[in-house]
Amino acid sequence: MDLSFVAVQALNGLASASSLFITACGLTLVFGVTRIVNFAHGSLYMVGAFTAATLVPWLLEIWFGPVSFWVGILLSALIVGVIGILIEVLLLRRIYGAPELFQLLATFGVVLVLQDLVVQVFGPQDILGPRAPGLRAPVEIFGRRFPSYELVLIAAGPVVLGLVWLLLRKTRFGILIRAATQDRDMVAALGVNQALLFTGTLFVGAFLAGLGGALQIPRVAANTGMDLSIIAECFVVTVVGGMGSVPGAFLAALIIGQLQAFGILVFPKSTLVVVFLLMAVVLAVRPYGFFGRPEIIGGTHAVGIASRSPMRGANLLAVGGLALLACLPLVGDAYLLKVATEILIFALFAFSLQLLIGIGGLVSFGHAAFFGLGAYGSALAVRWLGAPMEAAIPAGLILAGLGAALIGAFVVRLSGIYLAMMTLAAAQILYAVAFQWVAVTGGDNGIVGVWPSAWVSGRSAYYLLTLALTAIVVLCLKQVFESPFGYSLRAARDSEPRAEAIGIAIRRQRWLAFVIAGASAGIAGSLYAFSRGSVDPSLLGIPTSVDALTMLLLGGIQTIAGPLVGSAVLHVLRDQLMPLTSLWRLGLGLAIIGMVLVFPRGLVGTIRQWREDRA
Amino acid sequence: MAKTSMIRSLAVGLAFALGAAGAQAQPAPIKIGELNSYAKWAAFTAPYRDGWRLALEEINAKGGVLGRKIEIVSRDDGSTTGDATRVADELVTREGVSLLFGSFLSNVGVAMADYANQKKIVYIAAEPLSDAVTMAQGNRYTYRIRPNNFMQVGMLVEQAKASGAKRWAIVAPNYEYGQSAAEVFKRLIKERVPGAEIVAEQYPALGKIEAGATVSALEQAKPDGIFNVTFGPDLTQFVREGNTRGLFEGKSVLSLLTGEPEWLLPLKDEVPAGWTVTGYPWDEITEPKHKAFVDAYRAKYNETPRLGSLLGYMVLYMIRDTIERAGSTETEAIIKALEDAKFDTVAGPVTMRGIDNQSSMGAWVGKLVLKGASGGMSDWKYHDGTAYMPSEAQVKAVRKD
Repeated sequence: MDLSFVAVQALNGLASASSLFITACGLTLVFGVTRIVNFAHGSLYMVGAFTAATLVPWLLEIWFGPVSFWVGILLSALIVGVIGILIEVLLLRRIYGAPELFQLLATFGVVLVLQDLVVQVFGPQDILGPRAPGLRAPVEIFGRRFPSYELVLIAAGPVVLGLVWLLLRKTRFGILIRAATQDRDMVAALGVNQALLFTGTLFVGAFLAGLGGALQIPRVAANTGMDLSIIAECFVVTVVGGMGSVPGAFLAALIIGQLQAFGILVFPKSTLVVVFLLMAVVLAVRPYGFFGRPEIIGGTHAVGIASRSPMRGANLLAVGGLALLACLPLVGDAYLLKVATEILIFALFAFSLQLLIGIGGLVSFGHAAFFGLGAYGSALAVRWLGAPMEAAIPAGLILAGLGAALIGAFVVRLSGIYLAMMTLAAAQILYAVAFQWVAVTGGDNGIVGVWPSAWVSGRSAYYLLTLALTAIVVLCLKQVFESPFGYSLRAARDSEPRAEAIGIAIRRQRWLAFVIAGASAGIAGSLYAFSRGSVDPSLLGIPTSVDALTMLLLGGIQTIAGPLVGSAVLHVLRDQLMPLTSLWRLGLGLAIIGMVLVFPRGLVGTIRQWREDRA
Repeated sequence: MAKTSMIRSLAVGLAFALGAAGAQAQPAPIKIGELNSYAKWAAFTAPYRDGWRLALEEINAKGGVLGRKIEIVSRDDGSTTGDATRVADELVTREGVSLLFGSFLSNVGVAMADYANQKKIVYIAAEPLSDAVTMAQGNRYTYRIRPNNFMQVGMLVEQAKASGAKRWAIVAPNYEYGQSAAEVFKRLIKERVPGAEIVAEQYPALGKIEAGATVSALEQAKPDGIFNVTFGPDLTQFVREGNTRGLFEGKSVLSLLTGEPEWLLPLKDEVPAGWTVTGYPWDEITEPKHKAFVDAYRAKYNETPRLGSLLGYMVLYMIRDTIERAGSTETEAIIKALEDAKFDTVAGPVTMRGIDNQSSMGAWVGKLVLKGASGGMSDWKYHDGTAYMPSEAQVKAVRKD
């Protein structure tokens, strides 16, 4: 490897790092002030790219020159900034009172809406933007050609860093942003107009996302996959740098850029996993990223199931519901039974997450890891050991439990958003293993031929088996919720110092919660594998984790019935919308946003609150 | 002829009228299920849908098939294996479709093939290119129209031989389609070009190429030939970086699918001239049947056809012919009608080979040129697929049925 090659490769890494930083910087600012994990940040980046790829050529027609180009880039970023304001005023402002995670659900709805809107507005085809006037020709560096636009990009990163630094240090608005990042409640107590501050922050965040996207147009064709491909990396950058820390994000972006540039030389297939490995390693060593600070008011942010005397007649209701569900095969057709089976499986999946989030206050963004491990555990047992279903389901449970024990051991040292991101990293690493280890897992084709034993091969029989297993596990988990163990988890959730002071071994309890939740999700995964007859890496992917989270939040994290209702609602919605229109993402996104606005505590939680208010 | 078909359609209609109380005089349409990645891969699938809609309109205007109109129930397949099989299940059990066709991504195609085998329903994979659909994961219910990776790579390797390049670099998206194409290329180039070696391989994640770093890494290996499998957004990035850095100068480049308008048009005037590609030179094909298709398509949509348009159009006509020959919509009858069946399509004569259910549709191989403000193909030739199909022995070695 000669020196000139190393130098050019390092420059390549710097160029990628710069673009990544500009986008991620907006995410970290927004999180710092509003505590919103903005899933829609990647979508804003995509809108920025599409706007610029349409707007800039139009401006260049009017007057060809560098000025038109750069004006077009800035205008596009401004337009995206305005979209950010709209999102804040129309949506987020209305739900600041709701539990924090709920805003995440709202932004997820925005992601779905923008995915379809972009196709409607800009057309289905990818749009390649024009090259920057004056920067078409490459420059020679050590005898190798290097695009001059990339040099500009490399410079743009530090420039944005400097401007953001000036904004934060030298303006009143910036000082308020910093103050809010440190202690939001105190800023509010001092009489600062919070609404204006939040709107302003969302504008700056969206502007930076739009700028990041717009700057890409000479290198990347604006396309509909951009949103999801950038958002995961942005999360990694902000978390590794420390949430809310702009210099941290810069450092993290630099490291990731170099890691990717040189990583592909050693492992050409590594691009999937290398950033998540980095995040896992950094968080294992520094639990708050490079420059992140522990939450000052740690713990009290968590909202979950409160202690309450059990509702009268709840058991009767549960038995009645179960009996009704068991009668479904008498009336439903084959397809209805299949959908019902899937709903039950996802209900169990979301319910197992409830133990972590609702009881333990441990937000997991990577719950798919355990679902997928369960599915793969069963599928591998069938394929390599020839195990029948009766043995393969326990195998899935064991693999998921072991995985949860291992992942949990790393994860429980962290808290808050860092914990959530560590679970995401773990799930992504498992995803990469399932994807790359083709000889054992079948790569992205997965493993097919995972069918249930003869006695449950019929739709009705399998439905009843799923119902029975789901009911058993849900009841067991409910017992766990109400047990002393469950209460010690709640204690740790509500106040770590007090829980510790009365002698609860918080980490061990939480670790145990991970094992139990993981094993339960594993059963759901196993059941899913047998209902579909196949497994593939998408079961471990981010969308699967997001599904579980969406179902749980939609139903309500403060109730026991929440995840069960949420999974039914989401699955039925998707099932009904997909056949109706090719704009089903738009419909689903609007439905989620609508539900977030109408039911700010989740479906079950809000309805219960209405009832209590009336009483 | 017209008379008998009228009598038959009347008879069918009568049977229905008697069978179902309140049924209309017209016979019930034949329902066919279709699913594809309309939301995620609109660049290919939107023209594809326009293609089969055009064919549907024409077929139904001529009275449909077996005296019944064709009705297509179309769905988004969600671009994931889980969604696709659930949607397929809904089409089969709820809509009662007679057969399924569609899907885009290779891994979804493989999952659909397995589904078809389980539910014993015919599935026609129009687009998925992975060999697995008709080879290792193939089954008697799964058919494929487009030439698979093995065939298209075979056509390109022939050109590689002529180019004289020996040191080859590969860049392919890291998923089923890219991996399988790269594997076939490695095997064929070593078999057919004596002295050829692979000097560099890059597998960027689908939709996430780090183009600058990838181009530098390939350049570093000093190849004299490059085999490209990337498409869509990855391809545009790769081409732009490669053009700026002079990666393609003095090298022979082979590229799968790049000549197809859906991937070529977004490149605008950045078309890498001189690449040897498989594609679709729709504006230069002079066969009257094809010209009629292009004219009808442009008249209806005010848009030039993509390869997807052609594929959607011809697949539906092949389905029509099949149902007509089968004389019914029963799965076994359709399978029988498809066995070694010959079709006269707009792309030329096509045979559905019985041993692996792979059609002999070929591909247009040529060189990329810049024509005005966008790219096109020159020196192209249509290579019929028959000569490039995997041999019977190869098929029998991997297929499980």
